Amino acid sequence: MKKKWIALTLFSITAILLAGCDNPLLILDPKGPQARTLSSTILFSIAMMAGILLVVYVLYTVVLLKYRASKLDDDYEPPHEEGNKWLEIIWTAIPVVIVIILSVVTVSTTSTVEQKSVAYADEKPIVIYASSSNWKWHFSYPEEGIETVNYVNFPADRPIEFRLYSFGPITSFWIPQLAGQKYAMSDMVNTIHMSADVPGSFIGKNSNFSGEGFAKMEFEAQSLSDADYKEWVNDVKTTAPKLTEDEFDDLLEAEHVGRKTYSSNHLEFKPAPEGENSGHHHGGSTSTDDQHEDMDMDMDMDMDMDMDHDAH
Amino acid sequence: MKWDEFFVTGEPMIYAAMVSIVVVSLAIPIALTYFKKWNWLWMNWLTTVDHKKIGVMYILSALLMLFRGGVDALLMRGQTAIPDNGLLDGQHYNEIFTTHGVIMILFMAMPFIIGLMNVVIPLQIGARDVAFPRLNAISFWLFFAGAMLFNISFVIGGSPDAGWSAYFPLASLEFSPTVGNNYYSLALQIAGIGTLLTGINFLVTILKMRAPGMTLMKMPMFTWSVLITNVIIVFAFPVLTVALALMTLDRQFGTQFFAMQSGGMDMLWANLFWVWGHPEVYIVILPAFGIYSEIISAFARKNLYGYKSMVVSMVAISLLSFVVWAHHFYTMGHGVMVNSVFSITTMAIAIPTGVKIFNWLFTLRKGKISFTTPMLYSLAFIPIFTIGGVTGVMLAMASADYQYHNTMFLVAHFHYVLIPGTVFAVIAGFHFWFPKVFGFMLNEKLGKLSFWFITISFNVTFFPLFILGLNGMTRRMYTYSESTGYGPLNMLSMVGAVGLAIGFIILVYNIYWSVRYSPRDIDQDPWDARSLEWSTHSPVPEYNFALIPTVNKLDAHWFAKKEGKPLATGKYEPIHMPNNSGLPVIMGALFFFWGFFMVFSWWIPAIVFGVLILGTLAYRSFEKDHGRYISVEEIERTENALRGAQHEN
Repeated sequence: MKKKWIALTLFSITAILLAGCDNPLLILDPKGPQARTLSSTILFSIAMMAGILLVVYVLYTVVLLKYRASKLDDDYEPPHEEGNKWLEIIWTAIPVVIVIILSVVTVSTTSTVEQKSVAYADEKPIVIYASSSNWKWHFSYPEEGIETVNYVNFPADRPIEFRLYSFGPITSFWIPQLAGQKYAMSDMVNTIHMSADVPGSFIGKNSNFSGEGFAKMEFEAQSLSDADYKEWVNDVKTTAPKLTEDEFDDLLEAEHVGRKTYSSNHLEFKPAPEGENSGHHHGGSTSTDDQHEDMDMDMDMDMDMDMDHDAH
Repeated sequence: MKWDEFFVTGEPMIYAAMVSIVVVSLAIPIALTYFKKWNWLWMNWLTTVDHKKIGVMYILSALLMLFRGGVDALLMRGQTAIPDNGLLDGQHYNEIFTTHGVIMILFMAMPFIIGLMNVVIPLQIGARDVAFPRLNAISFWLFFAGAMLFNISFVIGGSPDAGWSAYFPLASLEFSPTVGNNYYSLALQIAGIGTLLTGINFLVTILKMRAPGMTLMKMPMFTWSVLITNVIIVFAFPVLTVALALMTLDRQFGTQFFAMQSGGMDMLWANLFWVWGHPEVYIVILPAFGIYSEIISAFARKNLYGYKSMVVSMVAISLLSFVVWAHHFYTMGHGVMVNSVFSITTMAIAIPTGVKIFNWLFTLRKGKISFTTPMLYSLAFIPIFTIGGVTGVMLAMASADYQYHNTMFLVAHFHYVLIPGTVFAVIAGFHFWFPKVFGFMLNEKLGKLSFWFITISFNVTFFPLFILGLNGMTRRMYTYSESTGYGPLNMLSMVGAVGLAIGFIILVYNIYWSVRYSPRDIDQDPWDARSLEWSTHSPVPEYNFALIPTVNKLDAHWFAKKEGKPLATGKYEPIHMPNNSGLPVIMGALFFFWGFFMVFSWWIPAIVFGVLILGTLAYRSFEKDHGRYISVEEIERTENALRGAQHEN
């Protein structure tokens, strides 16, 4: 019996931790619409699962207390029971209903977090390319024409669209308080939508093991007020150095670097693996000449990407 | 290649491992020579084709690997117990979590399950051996060769370090240039072929060699679970074989199937790996369900509730196991549609699994429950595994998984499934069937003590990881900073890990104690159990059953006991048995050396050993071996001796 008490105690500890307001768990402390959807999905599923656990634990406890040999007569002989059609139908049907409910929740929340939040339906998202190399993150702003390493700034209360890819092993781009994670890979571009409610600083990391320096592959994601963001972009444009191709190659080689800021970005000479540069078109090698891409990606490109992926 | 690249250098722990490997590999032959046991070892064990002995060898190897994988686990928990700890460096930690995963799944859980299958299945269906006894020995020696090859990577050349799932492009030559992942692809390949052969062997055994009267729906539940498991093996393992072959080609022969250049697809590896990898989870969990069904009904003294729905639910699980693989990478960027489909198929698995939980609970209801060691493990399984199950449903929800993926929440979940599921089951089965094989019981007091250590410590080790995961701690991080606040719960987890280690040490001490002191006066049916294996002597004679029993219902042995009617009558006849053969162990050794030279791309010796392997196949094709007969006199002598031994006491 002891273990059950332990399980229960641990569960109440979790409940206390979940309810605690001064130091809530990261994933249950969302700061943007996508993460909020996920956090309430998680809490909903925990409540539902707690109900199932309760049923099983009550049945289990009753059975174990009532039918132990030491509590029964010596001449008690357990009956032969083949089963019971109705009981078996009940404990098949109820889980089916639970799975249906959870399926509806899953499908709807998955499609919600996979797009721009409805709160910003009329706003054009800010596109930021996030790419990983060794154990660092590069952030390229195609519209602003700037680039940062290991930190990313964006305006609060605006839809942000991160486009992810990798210069090496698969990594997973994750800012837990703003949105769920997604893989960054060398042969295609993935998209994450997110927005931050208010200005603030958030932990961002790679969650997918990618080799020796993986444990230290973190970055800071900072949401700024509109004015602060504009000022920062202007600052970068006027004061930061340009990112040359040579310097970028050195950056790719390096294992870890600190924060860096540039007034131009690598997309100009090393476009992301999307559209005609996608790994599976075998077109990556033809675009080595200094080809200027139209950075304002339109929907055709995205459609092309999706079809490309489906084909595999 | 230089010698300092060949041997792993610069780590005190690795030097210690080298010394202990040398000491052990010198001590064993010296001891064998001193005690004049070479002949005994060769005649009784190395060349045996007896399913019981092969099973015992599987289980011994699995216990050995449990300790290897367990030390890995302790080192990992030790390293992460304190923020910014320096016990291990990043590289060493990466190697250890990789080998921990591979060893625990492929070289501990699998052989333990296959070992119990070997010991129990022929007895449970009233057969005298498996369908292909020599193939069975080859399966074992291929597994053993693979396991040894994988283990020497620790000191020679370096261990694989790209995770047990070896995702590309990380596992490609470009990002993992050491031979570590060559060990991975070749050792798993050799062991995997052995498992595939086991799958075919047991499929045929169960379908063709059941006792007269035992129709499919009269088979014990463990036999059912093993039948379904072997169907999964036969379908899933070829995928692994192909994926590993492509990996070897990529890493050693310059192809680009999964590489970053030339249109190689990293996502293809992930898909192939999990198309095998998810059914693999059910390969180790379904037999566990079978073991629990046997033990729960034996110690509740009641037949299994809802036998038919138990069978149907296992078949449903086996089918679903092949259509859920993409839930391992919802975050790879397939659209809402694909993720939704895989979410629903994954959650659907909870339905048949739930049916089984309720059937077990209703088997207990109105039963007469006695709390033996195997029963304690089976009872602890229900509440703990249910936590693993419901967190699995939570993880199945694609949207929520964007937040759990790659975190300690996931790690906690699969340990909550695999430890109470598979590990508790094999330990329970080990205690349950031990007297059948050896003719004496394991000590109950020590058994229960280790049970409490293992069960409580398990929860202390793994429950905190759920909370750490929800707090954003990712898996496979060799260290973290104090400001994350992950320290205290990781320390708690470390305390639990030490408790688990103590529990397993008590378990092994129990084996030692029982071999020395346990009374030898047991009956053939010490637990008063229900299935056919308990109707023959303990220990089981070589031929299993002097007379093949006839079965007319489920739990025939139980009813035969009650009605006082023997299951088998008639006169002894000479029994046809297979001969021992040295070929399987020789093949194992050849595969080991072939694999070793392949790992280092030393082609000439690799080709030589490859040709020798083909030579053994050719030899077998022309070998004439029709087996031998055990005479009626010898059967009578054995039977009288076994019966006499029991009556004397």
